[in-house]
Amino acid sequence: MSRYTAATDDDRQAMLDAIGVGSVEELFARQVPDQVRLRGELALPDGLSEQEVYGHLRELAQRNVSTEQEISFLGAGMYDHYVPAIVDMLCERSEFLTPYTPYQPEVSQGSLQVMFEYQTAICELTALPVANASVYEGPSAVASAAYLAKLHNGRPRFVVSAGLHPHSLQTLRTYARGFDAEIVEVPLIADGADAGSAEAPDGGRTDVERWREAIDENTCAAIFAQPNFYGVVEDAAALAEAAKQPARGAPANGAGAAPPVVIAQVDPITLGILRPPGDCGVDVAVGEGQALGGRLDFGGPSFGLFAAREEFLRRMPGRIAGETRDVDGRRGFVLTLQTREQHIRRERATSNICTAQALNALAGTVYLSWLGRHGLVELGELLMARTEYARRALEAIDGVRTLYSAPVVRELALQIDGDIPALRRACADRGVNPGADIQALTGRAADNGGLLVAITEQRTRADIDRLVAVIGSAIAQQRASAAAGPDAGAPREAVPA
Amino acid sequence: MTVGAPTIDPDETRTIFQRGAPGRRAFVCPPSEVPALAPAEVLPERLLRQAPPRLPEVSEPEIVRHYVGLSKRNFDLDSGFYPLGSCTMKHNPRLHERVAALSGHARLHPLQDPERAQGALELMWRLERALSELAGLAHVSLQPSAGSQGELAGVLLTRAYHEDRGQQRRKVLIPDTAHGTNPATVAMAGLVTVTVQTNADGGVDLDDLRAKVDDDVACLMLTNPNTLGLFDPNIVAIASIVHEAGAILYYDGANLNAVMGISRPGDMGFDIVHFNLHKTFTQPHGGGGPGSGPIAVSDRIEPYLMVPRIVRYDDGHFELSEQAPRSIGRLRGFQGNFGCFVRAYAYICSLGAAGLKDVSEVAVLNANYLLARLSEQGVAEYLPRAYGQLCMHELVLSGAPMRRELAVKTLDLAKRLLDHGFHPPTVYFPLLVEEALMIEPTETETKETLDAFADAVAAILAEAASDPEILRQAPHTTPVRRLDEATAVRSPVLRERLADAPREPAHAG
Repeated sequence: MSRYTAATDDDRQAMLDAIGVGSVEELFARQVPDQVRLRGELALPDGLSEQEVYGHLRELAQRNVSTEQEISFLGAGMYDHYVPAIVDMLCERSEFLTPYTPYQPEVSQGSLQVMFEYQTAICELTALPVANASVYEGPSAVASAAYLAKLHNGRPRFVVSAGLHPHSLQTLRTYARGFDAEIVEVPLIADGADAGSAEAPDGGRTDVERWREAIDENTCAAIFAQPNFYGVVEDAAALAEAAKQPARGAPANGAGAAPPVVIAQVDPITLGILRPPGDCGVDVAVGEGQALGGRLDFGGPSFGLFAAREEFLRRMPGRIAGETRDVDGRRGFVLTLQTREQHIRRERATSNICTAQALNALAGTVYLSWLGRHGLVELGELLMARTEYARRALEAIDGVRTLYSAPVVRELALQIDGDIPALRRACADRGVNPGADIQALTGRAADNGGLLVAITEQRTRADIDRLVAVIGSAIAQQRASAAAGPDAGAPREAVPA
Repeated sequence: MTVGAPTIDPDETRTIFQRGAPGRRAFVCPPSEVPALAPAEVLPERLLRQAPPRLPEVSEPEIVRHYVGLSKRNFDLDSGFYPLGSCTMKHNPRLHERVAALSGHARLHPLQDPERAQGALELMWRLERALSELAGLAHVSLQPSAGSQGELAGVLLTRAYHEDRGQQRRKVLIPDTAHGTNPATVAMAGLVTVTVQTNADGGVDLDDLRAKVDDDVACLMLTNPNTLGLFDPNIVAIASIVHEAGAILYYDGANLNAVMGISRPGDMGFDIVHFNLHKTFTQPHGGGGPGSGPIAVSDRIEPYLMVPRIVRYDDGHFELSEQAPRSIGRLRGFQGNFGCFVRAYAYICSLGAAGLKDVSEVAVLNANYLLARLSEQGVAEYLPRAYGQLCMHELVLSGAPMRRELAVKTLDLAKRLLDHGFHPPTVYFPLLVEEALMIEPTETETKETLDAFADAVAAILAEAASDPEILRQAPHTTPVRRLDEATAVRSPVLRERLADAPREPAHAG
């Protein structure tokens, strides 16, 4: 008898007698061909007591440096926001934690109503009329939206802003192999080449004219991020409009051909401040939901939000909850429009998704209720004010400038005169994680020296001042040792086992 | 419960958007500590939201009451038997929640430098090794977010493997018993599904397989034991037919709970396996996720695996590597659903080799015992087993005689089980069994629970013979009764109607 099974020897004998076999082994011997039986035992360690497992996992966890142990400015897709206690408390309730997809609505009204409330919140944030009950996470949500577009118009090309998160772009490339589609990348406006006004410079935004030129009658979808990977606020309405009205003289979308599907990857925490995608002409908004009450969890699980215009409703992936009545006339909720889904439609389904992220979407729904109507705006204003404070203080450091000059909300890209990995190590030694190495994520030569600094409400003014101090001294140190001659620090000598 | 037609919605069905009052709140914003900045100082008006989103205005106590109230309108695994076939609703140990919540896990940023996340990378590496051993395949990627994404990885890997050999194979063979995710995945990967028939014993029809295998077949996707709960006795022949055609064999691991330590997909001849950590390795199902769908692959598939990969160096330190020129790329952000990895790894540590084998043994014992109990007189004549004498971890019955002789459908039986405090089995799947009931008890249920369930089924059938209307009207004791799904489809209402202050008119866009 192992930890979580309950069959005693007497139970086993009674059950075997009822079945009419002599042993458990006989159950397998009569069904599993001898040729494919495992000889001997699995080469795994013996089981441990609960206390020993806890000790082992705790020891592993202690070898990680969490955001409780350093002042972390890491973001780039996942953010160290404060998670209110009621999120944990409600997500730990057995009734939410341990059921499965609500296949039996009469005993699943709790989960179904949460889905309905979640959909309402996502529609309200995005100003789009329909939302599903969640997909896996951010980057694959972008790929799922691309599949929706592929099913919608069948065209062979995705036009993508270079401001899309590199993980979204890489995920889209993987999925696009299956769609037999190509991807055309439109660059951002370089700083200095900036045609915008002094109040709202455009450096770091997607180049709208090149975007317009790249889009033609073979374009399936036009995809950008808001804010983009570099933290910059895009002119979303201008991008959507350009996608729907391509360059004069270009092969016409206007003459008969429908425009491409305009897809935006949004950061939901900014939607109290930024004009929502539905009001900007965006057709499908997707995004990473972790910022809404989710743990970092070293990258997952979180949830992907997915909202769209009404005309795409029957091409949406995943579960959707809808309101109805029971036979007694009481209000109730069911999974609806299921003929889109794999268990009904099989190869003609709008997606292969089955299990989604219901518990994480619950966390998001509770979090948004906790923030409330004004809280999301207040939090966004706080993030903007602190980010602006950080921007000014960081720019004042000798050897630091902002990579792009267009406005940001909660994250900013720096260009640092120095070696980023070495600088990050020097900061870490002083208890500060200064942010993400941009080039390590994008692989772009132009991003050499780039550092992406994320601000959350958990990073105080004192934390920002500390960041400024450690970056400043790290740069000074690098300059001093460069002046003193080549660094003798040898790289680690090791080979894969 | 009272039966009648209430004219107004009871309080409990009001949504969070229908609660609260203007000005009420739970969140208190921390002080900004920096010079004030209005967004309009930085951003032009056309980039700004014009009015706050109409989120709820509620106090913290209201939020708690609301969601605790909703939770009580759910049936859950901690409250009772949940024998949903193919879903492996086994007990969720709370130790796993405790270790997943440790700040070194829960508050670890995914872009933390590998040298400062060695514990997390080691945990992932150890889980990879354990899954590799269970699969009998050398290489593992933990990245896929759920089984369906693991399937997509598998089919894209298959495509990459053939394309690397200059072959554009377009077809994927799938038995008619397969989960719907299989054919949906094939379509997303740009290939075409060819259905293989099931033979009289419930396994793959070898003649049909031979007739459909050709050099345009990329792979066969197979669940073994299959969705009928049967281990295919011809698995060796199937593997050799597929391999002789140069195709890949893909193992849908939804039913792996039947064979841990008993038989390994790699030893059966499979090249790619996906795991469902939320099934076999007891990640809580969360009302529909999160899941996690790692894959294990053979040497010949390994060059195409997703990035990043975990690399262990001979000095015992770990790195994440993207150096894989033939990789299909990445399927999602970051490293995968790490929170699920923590739970699955804790489970494997708790049980060890012998415990995992015991899991499969008891899962199969429990299913066969329940099958025996449901083969007793009074049940078997209405709910005969679909195929075979024994089963693996789940059993499939047909409600066709019940429907014919008692004029009661499988759906009615399922709904009546709710009144007895049981979650019904999976119904109307697999598709080839008329009025199907697919029952997976799992190893964590006691004999007493299985007996109570079998007794309830027998009692319901006896009731059906005397008063079938009770079943047709069931359930009677649940928070709501049968719901009008047709209207929900015909006139979809997919969000709360927010009555107050419409948004400012949108700018022309």
